[in-house]
Order: sequence, then structure tokens, then C-alpha cells
Amino acid sequence: MSTEAAFDLDLAWRLHPQVSVRPERFGALLYHFGTRRLSFLKSTKLLAVVRSLEHEGSARSACAAAGVTPAELPSYAAALGTLAASSMICLGVAS
Amino acid sequence: MTLIDQFKLGLDAPICLTWELTYACNLACVHCLSSSGRRDPRELSTAECRAVIDELEAMQVFYVNIGGGEPTVRPDFWELVSYATAHRVGVKFSTNGVRITPSVAAMLAASDYVDVQISLDGATAEVNDAVRGAGSYEMALRAARCLADASFRDFKISVVLTRHNVGQLDAFKSLADGLGAQLRITRLRPSGRGADVWDVLHPTAAQQRSVYEWLLAHGENVLTGDSFFHLAGYGEALPGLNLCGAGRVVCLIDPVGDVYACPFAIHAEFLAGNVRSPGGFAGVWRESSLFASLRVPSSGGACASCSAYDACQGGCMAAKFFTGLPLDGPDPECVRGFGELALAGVAGGARVPRPSGDHSHGGRAASGRGPVPVSIGRRPSGSGPSGPGPSGPGPSGPGPSGPGPSGSVPVPSGRRRPERACDSSPLAGFDAGCAG
Repeated sequence: MSTEAAFDLDLAWRLHPQVSVRPERFGALLYHFGTRRLSFLKSTKLLAVVRSLEHEGSARSACAAAGVTPAELPSYAAALGTLAASSMICLGVAS
Repeated sequence: MTLIDQFKLGLDAPICLTWELTYACNLACVHCLSSSGRRDPRELSTAECRAVIDELEAMQVFYVNIGGGEPTVRPDFWELVSYATAHRVGVKFSTNGVRITPSVAAMLAASDYVDVQISLDGATAEVNDAVRGAGSYEMALRAARCLADASFRDFKISVVLTRHNVGQLDAFKSLADGLGAQLRITRLRPSGRGADVWDVLHPTAAQQRSVYEWLLAHGENVLTGDSFFHLAGYGEALPGLNLCGAGRVVCLIDPVGDVYACPFAIHAEFLAGNVRSPGGFAGVWRESSLFASLRVPSSGGACASCSAYDACQGGCMAAKFFTGLPLDGPDPECVRGFGELALAGVAGGARVPRPSGDHSHGGRAASGRGPVPVSIGRRPSGSGPSGPGPSGPGPSGPGPSGPGPSGSVPVPSGRRRPERACDSSPLAGFDAGCAG
């Protein structure tokens, strides 16, 4: 998706309030009650990133907090871009 | 391991499930997959339903597809919907529209956690009412207009594709578009009373091809409940996961609390347990030996050497079962034509399993689990939709096996289950592709 390339790691993101997260052995299932779409997190580390979004001032720091290495960052940015494109995460202020 | 592989091994809880709240129904559709009509006196009480919802909440089941029967005729239906949504269990319910009034529509439109599917099996009254009964087209349209007038966006117009409405796909699409609704089309299964009419109602091979092409052209704008993945054998996968979710990511709870692998498999063979048992629904989901067997990866059986197998995965378990085909062989509607060959073999003498329960209006013995002694290929007369079925004698034609005793057909031991089969929908329209 074109929006993936545009994902801004330096903004504050958070889980959309209408999204429910269910941890699974492979990562997690996400369900958006507004769009009624299902999405998947294919690793537990990505789940940790998503979980830490609300506590961090930027997606970049959320990735760092979850242990994402610089080499891994591009693939995590792409994943977050996919989640943003489907409104699973949205821009917000860290709490 | 891919996500699909993970799903094949099953999840700790279903992503969603189908819950037939009652077998009571004001209609008597000839293809009803749950053979509904009369209420089963043993159906779950309001308190028991609430307890199931509590379990679903604890298991983080995102939503339930509520059906029946006609679920809205249960006096506690709206109460149960409110209870579920208050507990973060989303509700999609299927209805023929009988209880959808302007005030109900307004209430539904106000909730983010409720979705509605109006069943409609013809874009014209003539085609619809032949299957669903006189007046059912007008009832569905009136309900749909109520929802549209209440600004309920993207409710679903849900169509079971038959030989008689395949040619109306464009008309269905415009009808849904005009109402601000989304079109959902699903596959006719030989389940419930559908076993009696499948022979004469299921789309022809040429029609299947046209459905495939139409779906490719419309992409994700049309929902399918993932029900046409057997058409992937033509070459291109359709939108959706193309996974049989039976017992892995979906299941069915019936009105008396019996848990089956999928909504199209109401038969003792696919009965995993009952929510009234001490372990509740969670116990059935996690400990049923049937579900365990469905979560074991299997090979393609008779289909393994077919070049289309990777795409179609052998098709739908329930469609095979209720047409008398082995579960590890081709789907009856196999796009390569192997299903037709196999069905010809069935017609040569094999017995075809009968759906377990019959709740039809008109006096066939109600039953619980297990086979009921009903004659094959006959619907009770007098209570069904007026007039003959859509194709002359229609529903009274013999089933695929000719006359024969009802009841379960022993499943050969060692029979492998297919990798995939129907599921009633949770996975269509998913967003894959997250990192990991």
C-alpha cells in the first residue's frame, strides 16, 4: 500500500479506540469494530510495539522500547504503515 | 510458519462463531441450512445465553454471527444483543427482516457493535419468493429500507447463490448500492433442507465460472464469507483467507447449545459437545477430540495429485459430506469436474448422510442430536413457500442418493479430513501482511 512508504515514525501513534487486541501464540489478532475488519500481528515483538505506542511519544521510540533493532526498523515501519492504512492505529497523543 | 498454517492448527478461541439462537422461523426457505421452523423447547434460556456471552467475552471472541431460525423472534433477542455489545462481543445477525421496524433500525444504527444481514435470494420477488416464500421479498426490502432510512451504512444484503439468481448478480449489486448496503454472496450448501434441493438449485458448472469471473471483477467490494474458495481452482484466489475455519477459527453453537464444527455441518459427525457441559463452551472449544482432529494438518487425499489442490484445498467439508462424497476427495462442485464424476458414483448406490435435526414446520419429528428417521428428498408440504420450487417439482425431487434410509453413514475409519472447507465468514476481507 502506498501509505506504508509514508508512515511517519516520528509521530505519536496509538491503537484506535475501536480496536480490540487478542494475543495469540504467533502474535495477535486485531479486530476493528468500526470497519469490521480483522488484522494480524505476525510476531510477538510487533505486538509489543503496538502495545507500547500509547506510552511513547513516537512510533520510533515505541519500536526501541520493544527491542526493535535499527536493522529491523524498516520492516516494522512497513507493518505499522499497514496498520495505519487500515485504521488499526491512528495518530494520537501519548499518555 | 505462515499465518494460514497457524490457523490450521487452531486458535485458543474462535475469531468469531455462528450462533443459531432459535430454530423458530416465520419462513420455511427450501434451502434452510438448519432445517428451521419450530422452536426447540430445550433451547438455551436467556440466562444460559448470557453465560455463553460471558464466556465469549472472557475468550475475547470478537463477534458472533447470530442466526437461526429467525433470531429476532426470540422475545429476549434485543436484550441479548445489548448484553453482548455491552460486553465487547460484537453482533452480526442475519434476519429475514420480520422484526425490523423504523424504531428498531434507529436503535441498530446507533451501535458500532451491531451489523445486520438481510437475507435475500432473488433480486426480484419472483426469484426470491420461490425459495424463501411468498411475501418474503417485500418483507426483506421493507426492512432494508428501514435500515437505509435510519442511515445504517453498510448493512449487508446477503444472498445465497442459486441456479436461478446467478444471472441477477449485477441487479443485486445495484440494489445493495442503492440502499447504502454491501452485497454479500455465499455458496449454497447441501445442508439442512438444502440437502433436499441442492441438486436442482446449485449453480451449473458454467454458472460457477461466471460467478468466479464476476467476483474477480468486483474484488473486495463484494463480501463472500470466504465461501467460494473452491473456485480458486480456476486459477486466481479470491479475496479472503481461503481457509476452512471449521473447528479451527470458527464453529457453530445451535439453539440447544450443541457445538458443531461449522454452520453447514449440523450432523452428529461434526458435533463437538454442548455449552451446558461442565467445561462450558471454552471446554468444548479447547478439549473436543473432534476439533483436535480438525486441527491436524492433512494431505489432499484423492486430490493431492491435482494441480488445483493448492488453490482449492479440496473444497468444502460439509458440501462433500452431505452429498455423500468422501471428505478427502473432490468437492461436489470441483471446478475440474471431479466432483460430478464422484457424485455419479454416489448415485450408484452409496448412502448419503442426512442432516441431523429437522425443525421444519409441518410435523416431522423434532430431534436432538443424532439421525432422525425421515425420508429422503421430501419436504413437508403445506407449510413451505407457496407453490412449487423454482424448478418445477423442485424441492421434492429425490436427493442425490435416491431413496434410502436416513441417518448417519459410518465414516470410514482413518478417513482424513480436508484441509479446508467452508466457513461462514469471519475471514473475508482481512488485512494480512503485517510484519513478523
